[in-house]
Amino acid sequence: MYPADLKYTKEHEWIKLEGEKGRVGITHHAQEALGDVVFVELPKVGRRLQQMETFGVVESVKAVSDLYSPASGEVVEVNSALEAKPEMVNNECYGAGWMILVKLVDPKELGKLMDAKGYEAYLASEGGH
Amino acid sequence: MSAPEGLLKRTPLNAIHRQMGAKMVGFGGWDMPVQYRGILEEHKAVRSAAGMFDVSHMGEVEFRGPAALEALQHLTSNDASRLSVGQVQYSALTTEAGTFVDDLTVYKFADDRYQVTVNAANVDKDVAWMRDHTQGNVEVRNLSDETALIALQGPRAMETLQQLTPLDLSGIRYYWFAQGTVRGQDAVVSRTGYTGEDGFEVYVKPQHAAALWNALLEVGTPLGLVPCGLGARDTLRLEAKMALYGNDIDDRHTVLEADLGWILKLEKGEFIGKLPLAKERAEGIRRKLIGFEMIGRGIARSHYTIVKGGQPIGEVTSGSPAPWLEKNIGLGYVAVEHAAIGTECDIMIRDNPVPARVVSTPFYKRKR
Repeated sequence: MYPADLKYTKEHEWIKLEGEKGRVGITHHAQEALGDVVFVELPKVGRRLQQMETFGVVESVKAVSDLYSPASGEVVEVNSALEAKPEMVNNECYGAGWMILVKLVDPKELGKLMDAKGYEAYLASEGGH
Repeated sequence: MSAPEGLLKRTPLNAIHRQMGAKMVGFGGWDMPVQYRGILEEHKAVRSAAGMFDVSHMGEVEFRGPAALEALQHLTSNDASRLSVGQVQYSALTTEAGTFVDDLTVYKFADDRYQVTVNAANVDKDVAWMRDHTQGNVEVRNLSDETALIALQGPRAMETLQQLTPLDLSGIRYYWFAQGTVRGQDAVVSRTGYTGEDGFEVYVKPQHAAALWNALLEVGTPLGLVPCGLGARDTLRLEAKMALYGNDIDDRHTVLEADLGWILKLEKGEFIGKLPLAKERAEGIRRKLIGFEMIGRGIARSHYTIVKGGQPIGEVTSGSPAPWLEKNIGLGYVAVEHAAIGTECDIMIRDNPVPARVVSTPFYKRKR
C-alpha cells in the first residue's frame, strides 16, 4: 500500500524521484479517507512551489482538501486526465492518478520526508487522521 | 471527528454499521454511517434499484388528547385539519417571525392522536418548544428513544419490503401510512422519504430494528438493494430539492423565503408566525431560495458567496456534485430580483468567480 520507492508527507502526499523531477500524488490512505474523488484542481504549468506550499485542491463528494507540495520546484506537467476522470485518484493513486510533475530545486529536500516505513508508522500513530 | 466517540449516541443498528465496515461520523450528537461502499455508488443504487438508511436518530413526538389537532395547528404552518387518519403532511414548526424552528412530517393516527417526525439534531429543542407552546387537554410525549426508523428508497423498495409484510404496500398512497406488522413485529409503514424516489419509512421498536435491517438486506440484495449512509442521503435529497435544516432552512429565513409556500396555509386559522407570514405574502419576499447548476468547472459548497457582475447577491446554503445528474448543483438565497430561472451568476470558489445559472427545481424528478 505504501511503495518503498516513494517519499511521503505528513499531509499524505507522495513524491517519486524521476531524475531531476518529482512526480506527486496522494496516498492510498488519503484517497480512502476522502471517499469518492469528484474534482481535482491543479496549478498551471510554470507555477513555482515551496516545499509544503499548497498547490491545489482535491474534492470528495462531501469535502474540500488542500494538496501540499512535497518539494520546492516548478510545475512542468499536470495530469489533465483527472479533469474527466477524477476517480483515478481513488483507483490508481500511485499510477494514473498522479497529479503534478515538478522540476526540483533541490532533490535533497526529499530527505526531510518520510520513507514508506516511516509513513506507515505515522499512520499507525495519531497521524492516521 | 470533533467529539470523542463515547459522547455520541448510538442507534440500535450501530454495531451492524461498524461490522459492515461503514465509515462513521458524528452527526447531530449521533454516531452514524456516512458511507459503506461509497457515496456515488450508494446514490446511484437508490435511483436505479434500492437503498436502505438507518434514520433511527430522528425524533418522534406524539400529541395525544382532545386538543391534539388544536395544538398542532397552533404550532405549524400547514393545515393539519386536512389530514385523514392514515395520512401524512410535510410542515414547518414556525417561530414568531415565521421562520423555522424545524421542518417535520405530521401523521394522523386518530382524531385525538397525531405523531410528528423531526430532525435528529433538533429533537430536544423541538420538544421543549412544542411543550412551551401547547396548552389544553393534550399530552406531548417524546417517543424518540422507543422508536427506530429504517428508510427503504428506490424503484425496487416496494418489491423488497413486500416480502416481509402482509400489508398491501401498493395500497398505501404516497404520503399515507399504514399500521401492521413487518416480520411479525408491529410497525408503522409510511410511503414517504427524503430521496425523491418511491419508497417507505418503517417505524419499529428499537429491539426489532437489527433483525429487520438484516432481513431487508437478505431479501433486497438480489434485487440490487445496498445499505446507504448520510452522505448519499444528502446528495439524494439535494437532487430532489428537499431542504436540510441548518443549511437551507433555519430560524433566520421565513417559510416563504425558503420557497415552501405550499406548506403555508394562512386560511387555516391562527398559528405562531402567522402575522409576519401574511404580511410577507401580501408584500412579497425580498430574497428567495433558488436552485442553481454550475456552468464552469467547480463545486459550490455551503457559505460560498453568489455574485453577479462582481457584486454579492446571495450565499450558497447547500452544494455538491449531483451523482445521478452528473453535474454540480446547489441551493442558495439570492435577492429576489436575481431569482428568475435562467439568471446567470457566479459562485466564488477560492476567490475565483465560477459561472453558474439559476435553474428550475427539483433538479431531479422521478418518472411516475
